[in-house]
Amino acid sequence: MSDEHKLYLKKRNRKKRLVLLTQIIIFITFIAAWEAASYYSLINPFLTSSPSNIIKTIIELYNEGTLFNHILITAYETFISFGLGTIIGILIASIMWWNNFFAKVLNPYLTVLNSLPKVALGPILIIWAGANMSSIIIMALLISVIITIITVYHGFSSTDENKIKLLKSFNVTKLQLFIYLILPGNMNNIFNALKINISMSLIGVIMGELLVSKEGIGYLIMYGSQVFNLNLVMTGIVLLCIISFIMYYIIIIIEKKLIKYN
Amino acid sequence: MKTLLDIKNLRKKYHTDNGEIEAIKNFTFSLNEGTFVAIVGPSGCGKSTILSILCNIENKSNGELTFCKENIQFGYMLQQDTLFPWLNVLDNSLLGLKINGNLNKETKRKVMELIKTYGLSDFVNYYPAALSGGMRQRVALIRTLAINPDILLLDEAFSSLDYQTRLEVSNDVYKIIKREKKTTIMVTHDISEAISMADIVIVLSNRPSVIKNIYKIELNQYDNPIDRRTDEKFNSYYKTIWKDLDIHV
Repeated sequence: MSDEHKLYLKKRNRKKRLVLLTQIIIFITFIAAWEAASYYSLINPFLTSSPSNIIKTIIELYNEGTLFNHILITAYETFISFGLGTIIGILIASIMWWNNFFAKVLNPYLTVLNSLPKVALGPILIIWAGANMSSIIIMALLISVIITIITVYHGFSSTDENKIKLLKSFNVTKLQLFIYLILPGNMNNIFNALKINISMSLIGVIMGELLVSKEGIGYLIMYGSQVFNLNLVMTGIVLLCIISFIMYYIIIIIEKKLIKYN
Repeated sequence: MKTLLDIKNLRKKYHTDNGEIEAIKNFTFSLNEGTFVAIVGPSGCGKSTILSILCNIENKSNGELTFCKENIQFGYMLQQDTLFPWLNVLDNSLLGLKINGNLNKETKRKVMELIKTYGLSDFVNYYPAALSGGMRQRVALIRTLAINPDILLLDEAFSSLDYQTRLEVSNDVYKIIKREKKTTIMVTHDISEAISMADIVIVLSNRPSVIKNIYKIELNQYDNPIDRRTDEKFNSYYKTIWKDLDIHV
């Protein structure tokens, strides 16, 4: 390696470290300021909670033995609705790509469903599916599946015309065209959909939990606000931040493993 | 020389919301085995459409295509290299064989030979993003030759390359085509490219296009396009065809 190249790498790494360092400093400053402000009563800790109280609450939940239960319930619901949303979404997008007539017919319905705030369907879902986990999962599924269909179908239908032409000159069948070009050529698109999807599923799950549940992080937040325990509400929000961060990074790691050619 | 393909009164109309567009009015031509034909014409005159119709990507409106051999195989090379970025050089080269179900030890060995001949042996595991424009175009040519086509169709195959690479790649491709004795139809907007490579140049008119003139290019004493460009006759061909094209900007 030449000295010039070493210098280049050094510079680049320094920049990366600087970004990370700044991010950490902002985080620590925020936490410290929050803690100090509530300690010196600049803000009302009863309303805003504080980092130390949040940690205390987490330990309490752990000692009660419910902490992981709440986290796992929410993660489970999110995972199921995310998985179903992804599979059903890609399947419907594929059928739409396959059959242009079907796609054209479906289009206005998708537009309406996409702009409809799904939370408005909450009360109906509870009546139909019962006040249990299924209505939470259906709610989250509804939110994630529409956006998956729209994103993936858009990718499928904007595949490079020249590549399609090339495959057609090989006399491909439609199935071959799908397997050799449309699907692999849209992996980037699909992963973008997954990234949107994971947060959509989480939104759906929390909305569902706020409406009906007896367990899960959404329940913690709802319960906390009803008994005016803002520590519990803030704890719920912090746990949510951690969960969504982890889920997002799992997808990024899978994406890096699968898509090597960039 | 044996005729490979007879095109009679080929005609193509497009239907849009605003009415009919006649792209090709009349195209009649007999393609002999082993010849290199170039089609030039003003942009939008339907040059590329002719190629699309030949390899069955588009339907013709009227006319007759007679193939003098059963199951004639076309090898189509487009403007951009259209390599699949998620496949490496080898898998890109084998794509046509895989799709046609003709991938076996023998055909794979042939492709490996082509890769070696065109200096890409060290790059078989590389993804296209890591290759230069000229290398990518060579991989695209290997992919086209892999299916052992009877007729090569080059649709502005070099126009996305910068000028110098373009000369080099067209030089390479020319030698490969001559060595493999492939019958070729090339569509290009570049008159000098057409004269430097082809045995026959067909000049099309504006849309709706008809054949304006057919020129036989007699520069066969040279074995590569760059040398052909140095001949005096090259310039006179150029002048005649340029006048023929009658381009008004």
